[in-house]
Amino acid sequence: MSDETFEPRIVGFLCNWCSYRAADLAGTARIHYAPNVRIIRTMCTGRVDPTFVLKALALGADGVMIAGCHPGECHYLEQNFKALRRYQMLKHTLRALGIEEKRLRLQWASAAEGAQLAAAISEMTETVRRLGPLNWRDNWDEGDRYEQAIESLAREHAEALEVPA
Amino acid sequence: MAERVGVYVCHCGSNIAGVVDVEAVARWAEANLEGVVVARDYKFMCSSLGQELVKEDIEKEGLTRVVVAACSPHLHEKTFRRACAAGGLNPYYFQMASIREQVSWVTEDRAQATQKAKMLIAGAVQRVLHHQALEPSQVPVNEHTMIVGAGIAGIQAALELADAGHPVYLVEREPSIGGHMAQFDKTFPTLDCAACILTPKMSDVDAHDNIKLLSYSEVEEVSGFIGNFHVRLRKKARYVDEDTCTGCGICIEKCPKKVVDEVFEAGLGYRKAIYRPFPQAVPKYPVIDTESCIYFERGTCKACEKFCPTGAIDFEQQDSMMELDVGNIVLATGFRLFDCTRIPQYGYGRLANVFTSLEFERMGNAAGPTGGRIVLRDGVTEPKSVAIVHCVGSRDSRHHPYCSAVCCMAALKFGHLVLERTQAEVYSFYIDIRTPQKGYEEFYDRLQEEGMHFVRGRVAEITDAARSPGEEGKLIVQVEDTLIGRQRRVPVDMVILMGAMEPRLDAKEVAVRFGISCSMDGWFIERHPKLDPVATMTDGVFIAGTCQGPKDIPGSVAQGAAAAARVQGMISRGTVLIEPVVASIDESKCSGCRICNDLCPFNAIDYLEQEGVSRIQTALCKGCGTCVAACPSGAITGAHFNDEQIMAEIEGLLYDVLHTNGAQAPAEEPAPA
Repeated sequence: MSDETFEPRIVGFLCNWCSYRAADLAGTARIHYAPNVRIIRTMCTGRVDPTFVLKALALGADGVMIAGCHPGECHYLEQNFKALRRYQMLKHTLRALGIEEKRLRLQWASAAEGAQLAAAISEMTETVRRLGPLNWRDNWDEGDRYEQAIESLAREHAEALEVPA
Repeated sequence: MAERVGVYVCHCGSNIAGVVDVEAVARWAEANLEGVVVARDYKFMCSSLGQELVKEDIEKEGLTRVVVAACSPHLHEKTFRRACAAGGLNPYYFQMASIREQVSWVTEDRAQATQKAKMLIAGAVQRVLHHQALEPSQVPVNEHTMIVGAGIAGIQAALELADAGHPVYLVEREPSIGGHMAQFDKTFPTLDCAACILTPKMSDVDAHDNIKLLSYSEVEEVSGFIGNFHVRLRKKARYVDEDTCTGCGICIEKCPKKVVDEVFEAGLGYRKAIYRPFPQAVPKYPVIDTESCIYFERGTCKACEKFCPTGAIDFEQQDSMMELDVGNIVLATGFRLFDCTRIPQYGYGRLANVFTSLEFERMGNAAGPTGGRIVLRDGVTEPKSVAIVHCVGSRDSRHHPYCSAVCCMAALKFGHLVLERTQAEVYSFYIDIRTPQKGYEEFYDRLQEEGMHFVRGRVAEITDAARSPGEEGKLIVQVEDTLIGRQRRVPVDMVILMGAMEPRLDAKEVAVRFGISCSMDGWFIERHPKLDPVATMTDGVFIAGTCQGPKDIPGSVAQGAAAAARVQGMISRGTVLIEPVVASIDESKCSGCRICNDLCPFNAIDYLEQEGVSRIQTALCKGCGTCVAACPSGAITGAHFNDEQIMAEIEGLLYDVLHTNGAQAPAEEPAPA
C-alpha cells in the first residue's frame, strides 16, 4: 500500500461535556475535517482506561486521540488531570514498545472549540498518515509485544497510582 | 437468547442522505453486522412516524436492541429512548450513532463518509449488544433552600422562594446583607437611588417568616446531593447577642476607637470598632471587629458593654457551628473589584487623586464619607477636571481578556454625577463604549449632550511629572487618541479607574466545596451558556448574579429570579430522578486498596473499615468513570459505560480492519445522489 492512499484509522475518546460537544459544534458549523477519527463518547476523559488505548491500537487503529475539557474546566472538577497523568504514562509505555508516541494525542477542546478540535483531528490524521500504518495487530502475534505492553502497563499503572491524587 | 437488533439510518432530509449513501449503509448493516435483524433508512427518524417505526418493529420483530444512526445523541438520544420505552423496551437498550455532526456535515467525500457511517454504526451495534437494562432512581427533595450570598441576586432569589411559601436559609459572610449594590448611590441608566430600591427588599428579607437570615456566617462543608444536601456552617462571633440587642446603636456612639473602613467605605471613610456597615444594615445588630477593639487589644475599655441598655454585648461569644438540611442551593457570591495597583503606570495607591470606581461610588453616595460631595483626596477641593479611564484590567491580555460589561455604563453615570455636582470638565478614555441594554444607548446620548468628552484610546500612563507650566500640580493622562491618530496629554485633577469585575478570590475553593466548576477566569460555569444559564453541572446547585460572570443589576436580579424558579420546579415536583449512569463496586472483587477513594472528587466512595472494602454512595456518584478506569482489581463497573461496552465499541469501530485482515476495504462506488 503506497503512502498516498493510506487512510489512517484513528479512534477518538471524547468526553461528553466538552469535546463531544465540540465535535457537535464542528458539525453544526459545517467545518470540514479529515474523516479518519471514529469517535467514542465517554462521560469524562478520566474514564479512558489505558487498556482501551492499547486495545484500539492492538485491534488495528493507527492512532488514538483522547479529547477532553481544558484543565480547570472539567465537569467532574479535576478528572482530566487524571487523564493527563495516564496519557503521560501511556506515552512512556508506547515508547518502550517502539511505537511512535505521536500516535497518541491528548487534546483539550472546550464545547466552544469546534474549529480547534477539527483542526487537531486533521493535523493528527496527517501526522499519522506520515508515520504510516501501525499494523500492530498483524505484528503482535509474532512476538510477545502485546503481553509485554499489558504487563508494562499494569506495572506502571500500579506505580503511578502510588502517588496520592 | 441471541439479541435482535434494529438499525435505523436517518436521511435527515438531505442533511445526511446528501453525503452518505444511507440505503447502502442500511443494507450493509443488515447483511454484515451480527445480531441485526432489521435495518431501515427513513427520511426523518425523529418525526413521530420515525419513532412509530421503532416502536412497531420492537413489537412485531421482537427487537431487543435499537440503534439509530442520525444526529448527535445530545439532540435526540432522549427522543429515541422514549420511543424504545413506548415499544416496551428498556430505554437503555438503545444506542445512537452520530452520522450527521460527525460525518455528513464535516466530510465532503461520499465514499469516505459512507464508510465512516458504516463503522460508527458497527461500533454502536456491537456496543448495544452489551447494554444492560437500567432504571433511574428516585429521591425526595427537601423543601428548604440555602442561598449563599445576599447581594441583590441572592436577595431576589430568597424573596421569590419565600413569597412562594418555601423556607429559605440566606447565608451572608459580611455583617449585613446588601452586597455591592448597597454601596452605590445611583443606578444607571434611570438614576434611581440604589438605597431607595434595595433597602425595602432588605427589610422584606429581615421580616419574612420564610427566610432565616444567617449573616456573618460562612459555609464550611457541603455533603449530599440534589434534594438532600447537608451543610455545615460557621456563624462567626459578633460579640453581640442577637436575642437581646435592639439595634439602638448606643454602643457604636460610645465606642472610642475609630478605624478606616476598608470594606464598605472602600477606605474613604471611618467606622468604629463596634459597627454596622451602614445605617440601614440588615440585620441591625452591630459587630465587634476584634482586630481594632481596645478591649481585645489591651483587655480594658468595655465602653459598649457599660452603655448597652439591654446587656447584649458578650465578649465571651465564640464562633458557633450550624448544620442545615436543604434540598437545593443557590450560589450568589458576587464579584470583587480588580486590584488597580496591579497596573502601576496608572498610579493608584501612589498618586493620591487616582480613585477606583468603588471609591467613587462611595464618594458619590449621599450617605457616604463625603456626604455625596465630589472632592479630591484632601476632602475639600472640588476637582476642575476629571478623567474616567475605562477597561482597567479588562479587555487586556495581561489581566482579563473579557469585557467587564458594566463599566461603560457606570462611567457614564459617574460622568453625570460629576457634571451635576461640580463645574468640572469630564473626560472618558474608552476603547469602545458598550451600551447594549434597554435605555443604555439613550443614556450615552444624554451624556454626550451634557458635555462629557469622549476620547477613544487606551490610557498608557497617568503621571504627575509635568512637562509644561499648564501641567503643574495636575495628573496627566497620556493617551493615544485613535480617532485623530495622535498622542495626547490631558491634565486633570482627578482620575477614576473603572476596574474590572473579578471573581472572588476564593471562587475556586467555593466551587470545589459545592462541587461545581470554574472557567479559566474563575467564574462559575453554568450548565449551558445559552439554554441553561443558572443551573450547574451539579444537580441542585444553581448560580445567580456576578459569580457567573460580569453583569449589571437587572441581569443579576433576573438570574436570582430564574434560579428561584428552577428551585421551585424541583420543590413542586417533590422528587427527582437520578440518571443511572453511576459506578458500583463488586465487593467480592474489591481488595480494599482504597485507590479509588482519593480519585473521586465528589467523595462518593467510602471505605468500610469492617468489611475491608470500598462502597460507592450511588446518589453522590456523577458517573465520570475515573474510578472504573483506575481500579486495579477490575471491581468497579461504570453503568452504561462499562469495559465490555467500550471494548465492543472499539472493535465495532475497527470493523473494516478486523474483517479484511488489515487491508484497506475498497471504497464502494457511491450510488448516484
